[in-house]
Amino acid sequence: MAEWIAACVAADIDPEDVIPFEHAGRAYAIYRSPDDSYHATDGNCTHEQTLLCDGLVDGGVIECPKHNGRFDYASGKALGAPVLVDLRTYPVKVEDGTVYIDVG
Amino acid sequence: MGKERLQRYSLAGPENQAAVQAGLAGADWFRSDVPRKRMKELMRRSDYPATRDTAIWLGLILLFGGLGIAFWGTWWALPIFTVYGTLYGSTSDSRWHETGHGTAFKTRWLDEGLYQLASFMIMRDPTVWRWSHARHHTDTLVLGRDPEIAAMRPARLARLIANFIGLVDVPIALRLMFVHASGRLTADEADFVPGPERHKVYRTARIDLAIYAVTIALAIGLRSWLPVLLIGGPRLYGAWLLNVYALTQHAGLGENVLDHRLNTRTVKMCAVNRFLYWNMNYHVEHHMFPLVPYYRLAELHEEIKHDCAPVYPSIWAAYREIIPAIVRQLRDEEYYVRRELLPGAPPLHVPAPVNDGRGLPLAPAAAA
Repeated sequence: MAEWIAACVAADIDPEDVIPFEHAGRAYAIYRSPDDSYHATDGNCTHEQTLLCDGLVDGGVIECPKHNGRFDYASGKALGAPVLVDLRTYPVKVEDGTVYIDVG
Repeated sequence: MGKERLQRYSLAGPENQAAVQAGLAGADWFRSDVPRKRMKELMRRSDYPATRDTAIWLGLILLFGGLGIAFWGTWWALPIFTVYGTLYGSTSDSRWHETGHGTAFKTRWLDEGLYQLASFMIMRDPTVWRWSHARHHTDTLVLGRDPEIAAMRPARLARLIANFIGLVDVPIALRLMFVHASGRLTADEADFVPGPERHKVYRTARIDLAIYAVTIALAIGLRSWLPVLLIGGPRLYGAWLLNVYALTQHAGLGENVLDHRLNTRTVKMCAVNRFLYWNMNYHVEHHMFPLVPYYRLAELHEEIKHDCAPVYPSIWAAYREIIPAIVRQLRDEEYYVRRELLPGAPPLHVPAPVNDGRGLPLAPAAAA
């Protein structure tokens, strides 16, 4: 069942960047691509649970700041060692300049 | 003593569990507060610096390899192969390291290609060492967790010295190639290489062994050492500089510390050394922010140096500390170099109540 949560103001995220968001004790990462589409994933790397919000966003990929594990942030797909488990992704919508994610 | 020491540093020994129980494994480490906007600039990659540096590096290797062949049989071959061997057997380490992190190039296949080549040259399995190095970054100098501790406490001095001509690394690498080629890992490797990755290890070992077999067959067929001096051999006779650089990183510093400012050195080096070492002399910076490519580390250093312990002004200055520390640890294994942070730096990151945050042996503390 959908549970849309207001995560941030869309303009708070620079193009090709990520910010952290926490809800009900769970960390999320919200991304803005260069073409202004928004995406959301779990906030922690699946390798060793490092927060991804300090990582590098480049070309549709988020790179973990600790071990450089890479994920496609739109699909959550892990792109090779040291990350082998995909990231969970969440539906995102932008309404009236606010980014909502469906954590349901 | 020897067996007990090896047990303490083994990933399959009791220290591993003790570190996990004490909260030292996979813990949070100190990081300087660098504004996100600045960090994004520093993390940004470009193909140009690494392409330029790799072209120069490979060009020099090919040049001196060619000269070595041309002057083979004369005394000129001696200095020529000294340069060739050092480029091949020492500086492949920093290329392996940077591309292993995936930070050298913006284009992934360039990074991966150089990683595979440098791994072969430095005789490290690219898969095992990728995982090994990830663990080194997770648990830097944590006993029982870090598989890349170069200087144990007390040091295995004869081995450290012998390794300046590869006499430890190369036999181990060759033995591991046979182990891997037979479809097995060591117990330590099994601690950090996940199951789905292991087939790559076995395949690479078989390819590497085939290359070395052809090299040796050529040497026998030609009745000449030349093929071995060109392929594989440099990892022995050219390994000295790798060890000169590598020991500056952590040797003699505190174990079980969750603060790279205290267990890692940043050493000022000249432009030639920084080219050969790909700026890994900025080692505190690299450990604190592994996403920053080697060609931006000097800038990162300027951003965080006020948070850290004083930088070492030269390789010589680092060794003036390392050698006495290693010698003293031979008779006093509790000794380590205590780094003092600069005035005003954020305080020591104390990770767990079982030690002072600097490096007391963990197992007795955990058992107490």
